[in-house]
Amino acid sequence: MHIFSTLCAGLLFGTGLILSGMANPAKVQNFLDLLGTWDPSLAFVMGGAIMVTMPGFWLVQKRATPLFHDVFHLPTRTDFDARLVVGAATFGVGWGLGSFCPGPALTALPLAATGTLWFVPAMLAGMVAAKYTTTSRPAPRPV
Amino acid sequence: METDFTPFASLLGGALIGLSAVVLLATHGRIAGISGIVSRVLPPSVDKAGLPQGVIFVIGLLLAAPLWMLFTGAAPVQVVSNNGPLLVIAGLLVGFGSVMGNGCTSGHGVCGISRGSARSIAATLTFMATAFVTVFVLRHIVGG
Repeated sequence: MHIFSTLCAGLLFGTGLILSGMANPAKVQNFLDLLGTWDPSLAFVMGGAIMVTMPGFWLVQKRATPLFHDVFHLPTRTDFDARLVVGAATFGVGWGLGSFCPGPALTALPLAATGTLWFVPAMLAGMVAAKYTTTSRPAPRPV
Repeated sequence: METDFTPFASLLGGALIGLSAVVLLATHGRIAGISGIVSRVLPPSVDKAGLPQGVIFVIGLLLAAPLWMLFTGAAPVQVVSNNGPLLVIAGLLVGFGSVMGNGCTSGHGVCGISRGSARSIAATLTFMATAFVTVFVLRHIVGG
C-alpha cells in the first residue's frame, strides 16, 4: 500500500505536468518571454497547485505522523545563505536556457525527444557535481 | 513560436501536482521536491532509507507519459529544442543549481511557498528573475 501510494503520487505529478503544459518546453519558454510571445498559462499551474497544497498541508500536519512513516521530513532552516541564492539563480538560468526543470524533464524522458535525451543526463551529472561540493559540509537536506 | 493560452488545463494540471504533493506528505511525510527526491538517490551519499520510495516516485513520473498516450491515444504535445550543446549546458545548470539551492520549481515554488517558507519564497523569486532575464537575452538580444 505504501509503495502504491508513492507510485500514484509520482503518476499524479507527471500527469499534472503534462496536462498543465509544464512538460512542453515551448510553453515554458513562452511563459518566461514576458516581452515577446507571452503565454501566462503556467502561472495557473502554480496557482492550481498551491490552492491544493496550502489547505492540504495544513490538514495533513494536524496528524502527529504520516500514514506509513514515523516522522514528517520538513525543512527546518530559516536562514538565508549564499548557496540558496546562488543555487536558485543558477537553476533559473538553466531553466531559461533549456525550458525544462527536473520534474518535467523526467516526465518527458519516455517521449525521447532528442533535446530531452541531451538534457536529462546533463541534469543528473549537475546534481551529482553539486552533491560533491556539499558533502564536506554538514549538509542540509535538499527540499 | 506561439503557444495557446490554456488557463483551465493548466489550473487542473497544477491541482493534480498539488494533490500529489499532499499525498506524499500524508503518506510518507516527504516534500514533493523533484530535485530533492532525485538527488537523494544519486551518489555520493545515497539516502539508503529513502532510496526505494525515491525510485518508485520517479518510476511513477516516467509512467505518466506512456499512460497518457494509452488513454488519450495521442502523445503529449511538446516542442523541444534540438540544440544539443545548449541543452547540455542548461541541464548542468538546472541540476547543479537546484541541488545547491536545495530545491526547484516544485520544492521551493509549490511546496515551500505553501508552507510559507521565507527561504523558498526568496529562492522562487530569484530563479524566476534569472529565468526571465535569460529568456529575454536569448530571444531578444542574442536571437533578436
